[in-house]
Amino acid sequence: MARVTIPIGPQHPALKEPERFMVTVEGETIVDADVRIGHIHRGLEKLFEQRTYLQNIHITERICGICSFTHSTNFCQATEYILGVEPPRRGLYLRTLMNEFERIHSHLLWLGVAGHEMGFDTLLMWSWDDRERILDLFEDITGNRVTHAFNTIGGVRRDITDAQIQRILHTMDIMEERTKAYIQVGLNEQTILKRTQGVGILTTADAKRLCAVGPRLRASNVKYDVRKNDPYAAYGELPFEVITSDTLDVHGQLVVRALELLECVKMCRYMVQNLPAGEIRVKVPRKVPPGEAISRTEAPRGEDIHYLRSNGTDKPERLKVRAPTLANILNVAHTLKGANIADIPLIVAGIDPCMGCMDRVLILDRDKESCKVMSAEQLREYSIEWYRKEAYR
Amino acid sequence: MTPIESLIYMLVFPGFLFLTSYAFFCQYLDRKLYARFQKRVGPPFIQPIADFIKLLAKEDIVPKAADNRMFSAAPIVGLAAVLTAFIFIPVLALHSVIPSFEGDLIVVLYLLTIPTLAIFLAGWTSGNPFGQVGAMRAIVQMISYEIPFFLALLAPALIVGSWSLGRILDYQLGGMWLVIFAPLAVIIAIVTLQGKLERLPFDIPDAETEIVGGPLTEYSGRRLALFRAMLDVEMVVGAALIVTLFFGGYDLIISFSDLPWYLPVLLNAVIFFVKVLFIVGILALIKAVVARYRIDQMVSLSYRWLIPLSVAQIVFIVVLKFGGWLI
Amino acid sequence: MKRPGIMIKDVFKRLTMKPVTSKYPAEKSPAEPGYRGKMEFYVDKCISCGMCAKDCPSFACVMEEIDGKKRPVFYLDKCMFCAQCEESCPKDAIKMTTEYELAHLAGNPQIVK
Repeated sequence: MARVTIPIGPQHPALKEPERFMVTVEGETIVDADVRIGHIHRGLEKLFEQRTYLQNIHITERICGICSFTHSTNFCQATEYILGVEPPRRGLYLRTLMNEFERIHSHLLWLGVAGHEMGFDTLLMWSWDDRERILDLFEDITGNRVTHAFNTIGGVRRDITDAQIQRILHTMDIMEERTKAYIQVGLNEQTILKRTQGVGILTTADAKRLCAVGPRLRASNVKYDVRKNDPYAAYGELPFEVITSDTLDVHGQLVVRALELLECVKMCRYMVQNLPAGEIRVKVPRKVPPGEAISRTEAPRGEDIHYLRSNGTDKPERLKVRAPTLANILNVAHTLKGANIADIPLIVAGIDPCMGCMDRVLILDRDKESCKVMSAEQLREYSIEWYRKEAYR
Repeated sequence: MTPIESLIYMLVFPGFLFLTSYAFFCQYLDRKLYARFQKRVGPPFIQPIADFIKLLAKEDIVPKAADNRMFSAAPIVGLAAVLTAFIFIPVLALHSVIPSFEGDLIVVLYLLTIPTLAIFLAGWTSGNPFGQVGAMRAIVQMISYEIPFFLALLAPALIVGSWSLGRILDYQLGGMWLVIFAPLAVIIAIVTLQGKLERLPFDIPDAETEIVGGPLTEYSGRRLALFRAMLDVEMVVGAALIVTLFFGGYDLIISFSDLPWYLPVLLNAVIFFVKVLFIVGILALIKAVVARYRIDQMVSLSYRWLIPLSVAQIVFIVVLKFGGWLI
Repeated sequence: MKRPGIMIKDVFKRLTMKPVTSKYPAEKSPAEPGYRGKMEFYVDKCISCGMCAKDCPSFACVMEEIDGKKRPVFYLDKCMFCAQCEESCPKDAIKMTTEYELAHLAGNPQIVK
């Protein structure tokens, strides 16, 4: 049969953000897939180098619109590592609490998006309605629905009141009930099972080889979670399970996310009931001594890494962000092979892609009007060349 | 029926004018119910008509790659077919007026197939890859839902022993609604009607997250408005057909014989249209609680479940008929 | 049991509930009490230290000389409401309110002085 190459994106209704998938099909089956990233490069990493640490907290939050809190946690953690300060326990608990809220709202968001991709708009409306409760909590506790500005280097900026604790407990009860209802739907609704089971299979070996992260990795039956394997903030003290699924497909991801929601609810309850008393933050100097640090967090989409290098001024020398989608986009290209055209939206949406966080580098040749892809070796040579020419700042 | 009367029948009530406005109302009800199921507010009452008028006023673009004549003809042919189909459905309880003849059920079924063909031609000639994929899907879907749909609607005809909608309706007057004998056929007819109308779970030809607008991707302005109206009217005609065949048409068991002649006719017509609304509500409910099938799953569902079940229903009726349990 | 239409019962339950969507401009929807909206600036408390302008990530807060005194001016078009200025202010001269309806016509920017 003739092979046809179809471009999916940069503009396509299935993709909420511009990214390009070149898909080669034979009939309805995909035989080859290629991903071109870099369509929404925003130059954030350069921006970080021109702002002070305090300002950067608010900019790291804007890396991603959904997992904003985890990025700012990551940046604050990396800075704290270099400074050698440890936030007070209450601060850590509140930070962890917000991280778990974020996971709840992100997973509910994913549930809705996955529902929309398979034409189940009722699921979208319902789960986003429930998500609204968490956003209202965010608005009350942190001051904003999405960009919370709650983190700061050395702790958190706002304390939590008793009335808010009662409200959280009440919301968590509702969340638990709703999540159980969604789990019932996800496990028993025939049309959802038809669309998700056996779609986008990523074997355990492939998942490890392609360095998948987050729910995608756990759906491939790998028990790996930064919260458990490398506890940060208050995660070391919390009781929770790492959820895995052995079905390896999109349905496995649905199950992993739904069960993780229950774990989140459990953790949030534990945290507000066992909230330590005391300070919420420590004072830190504005200038950070020279050094470097890597901080890892488990974003709702997977492992998020920030690498920070400081040079003794009040501005970071380098901040490298590895967003979870960048790690997952490789296995999307892999799982697309052999899939049906109709499954493309679901497979791509399966990893909960956030292209905006992912795009870091784009090389455009303005003279040739072409987009270049560079290997690591070429990139290294290019950078050496570049720094030799330019004065090192 | 005098020529003036038939003209009124075709153009005013229950023909073109009434039917289109009623179809818009059904669209409103469908959208409103769908929204309320999802805890949304939903569109205001005037929205479908406002949409229609807005589309009429919009710029009408014919792509260069499209076949101009086919591109313009498809929506008109489709709309004309569904409007014609409704004329054969007995709405008024006036035997002298209903243009019923032996075999009009077949005519209605054939006329109801034309919209799908119109959509196929529209997508295929629009020169858009999404349109062409959608058109292919529409045709594949058609050959899978059309068989169970026809088989399901064959059941009442078998029970009554006539191909005439008027006769089938007469049989049911007084409470002998055929849904009693053929409940399975009703379910199959409603499910396949969803496929015919390209609604969830069978909105595969115009799955927006997969192939944008499907066959209608390139359509805009007047032609799109006609296509939208066509789908609305098709929904009404399909629901009306099911009401006529299974739910006793305008019958409501109680007899209004002691009223002046025009009142029962009017009341019966109202009853009929309320029943149609009920079917539309069921269609909206189905749309709200399922996800979209894939095209291969749709075909396998149809051939594995719907066709055998409808055949079983027919066998059951034949057994009843020859066993002498049916009149 | 695995079957299509598992949510039918729930769907009918939703039918009796009030819609979540509110007709916003017609009926007001107040922000949560902890919301950070438009700030208030108390000029008498200000000591012109300039910390707010120094820490503002989006340069919405600029020190300007008004009536012979250097003090911050907040251009709300640039502001991203992180409340860093509120935090940095040593004298609590800046306070965030819950007002969020800040849309305006072009050429008529919202400025807090």
